[in-house]
Amino acid sequence: MKYRIAFWNILLKDMRSYYLKPPNVSWGIVFPLAWTGMFFVRSGSSLDSVLSLLPGVVALSILFGTTSVLAVTVTFEKKGRSFERLLLAPIPLELLMLAKTSGAILFGVVNAFVPILIAGLVTDLSLATWGPLLPAIVLIAMTSTFLGLFIAVSVSEVFEAQTFSNFIRFPMLFLCGLFFPIALLPWFLQPLAYALPLTYGVDILRGVFVGPSLMSQLLDFGVLGAFCAALFALSLHNIRRRWIL
Amino acid sequence: MRYNRSVTRQAPAPRKQQSGDSLVGPDSHTAPPAIAVLDLVKRFGTVTAVDGISFSVPSGQVFGFLGPNGAGKTTTINVLTGLARPDAGSISIAGMDCSRNPKAAQHLMGIVPDDSNLYPELTGFQNLCFCGALYGMVHADREERARELLNTFGLTDAAGRKFATYSRVMKRRLTIAAGIVHRPSVLFLDEPTTGIDVASARQVRQLIRELNRSGATVFLTTHYIEEAERLCDRIAFVVSGRIVQENTVDQLMRQSEGRHVVEVSARGATTPLAAALSSAFPATEVEAVSGGLFRITAAGPIRVGAVVVFLEEHGLEVTEAREVRPSLEDVFVRVTGLAAQEMKREKERMGAGGGGAG
Repeated sequence: MKYRIAFWNILLKDMRSYYLKPPNVSWGIVFPLAWTGMFFVRSGSSLDSVLSLLPGVVALSILFGTTSVLAVTVTFEKKGRSFERLLLAPIPLELLMLAKTSGAILFGVVNAFVPILIAGLVTDLSLATWGPLLPAIVLIAMTSTFLGLFIAVSVSEVFEAQTFSNFIRFPMLFLCGLFFPIALLPWFLQPLAYALPLTYGVDILRGVFVGPSLMSQLLDFGVLGAFCAALFALSLHNIRRRWIL
Repeated sequence: MRYNRSVTRQAPAPRKQQSGDSLVGPDSHTAPPAIAVLDLVKRFGTVTAVDGISFSVPSGQVFGFLGPNGAGKTTTINVLTGLARPDAGSISIAGMDCSRNPKAAQHLMGIVPDDSNLYPELTGFQNLCFCGALYGMVHADREERARELLNTFGLTDAAGRKFATYSRVMKRRLTIAAGIVHRPSVLFLDEPTTGIDVASARQVRQLIRELNRSGATVFLTTHYIEEAERLCDRIAFVVSGRIVQENTVDQLMRQSEGRHVVEVSARGATTPLAAALSSAFPATEVEAVSGGLFRITAAGPIRVGAVVVFLEEHGLEVTEAREVRPSLEDVFVRVTGLAAQEMKREKERMGAGGGGAG
């Protein structure tokens, strides 16, 4: 009961303080739209190609939405020492960090549905296989959020969090199979592409909207789940090592 | 001669009623100490911030951790509360072993850090409610408690304002309120009056007394000697991460029994004369305090007339000479070897609060 109260209030505070603020809400809507527009311009495609673009736009909306906000807010609270209040609360660290990241996960999930809703207005989504969509979005959101957390606990300054985020996100953007099929990447980059969580998230979404996935969905979910667990565990390890001196 | 020849005795400062000189309180046969620390060590690289300290705080007492900046006071609080890991030693809070599991007793602890670290984007009321929620307080309970504390701390009118807009003193008050919102039984206060004005510092001390009267055990770090003297049952003098002495205030003060202290005020350059004065009166310890004041301490009576004549012959205009009651500061200086000047400089650097009346 006491943990539930603490968990819920941490989530609620973060939603109010960060995620429901106008700049973030507009970020959640404008960013996916901007990505969609960019893909259209790049491909010169018609509205029929929306489905082929959708997996990438959804994945990027989640990735950028979650990592941008979380990496900055956690670093900001750590710098202002208000994060110490959370560390001093009688809540297990695992639960505390889950509460702290839940807002970002929810934000990522909501972000994901913005391009899907827009796509639903301009094209026919009836052929999509909806079953794996929600679990995939939640898992991509969790993995991206924990990546943001990992970034946040690896740096000391807000600007470092932003730099580190971009250092990880942009290579991932170009290597996850969105712009170029992985098979067409230079041989030395292909292993790197398979070492990125977004590759597996995009593959599940491709299976949902476009057709069969390149890899088995079980493998995609398994690898994403493993990334999720590893990033969370690494982040907790870093918090214990760097913040609880 | 234009100085006031009359030697006046300063009234002793009111001190906290002693609850007993023994290490443990009357209920200690049944209750474990609120805080028990044994051979605690904390290192940062090659620097040993806390160097094998041991102490025990019986339930319901105010324990002062007194020392200059850099003595290891905040590090000790961080280790006791779980914000830092000990390298060696054991910590027990209310009988619970916190050495390996610092979370074990965090529900009993209230922590007021040396910095006001609440959430700038939340209002005063929201901050208190959020802090209550972190300790599992239900909605109605934490809202009622928040209102009560805002009233107690004189912040009711600012309850709806964001913390970021609060003045320094208001921030300090709300930070203390946040530390006690869940009614902790062990309260850690890190330099609670540093950086706030004298009147607010007095209010904060009054609050600490009231909290203690209501049953809370208080662990207080400070570099204001008078504050420790007035609030604490027991005091530990800390220097360079070590406790150099720990006892009740009365026991510590007994060490200065029979000692005489005279303060001489003069106009002119006092500092260069301190060494000369000390040489001329070899049985005395002379300290040139800022503001043209000499503080002369000796084991026996001090020949005030001779001192005055000496100073006037050396070009100073003596305005007042008075005998003062030896203070805890004198004991601290003798025990730690640290000049009171050093503590005073810190006092001035850190802000106006602390020391004054209270």
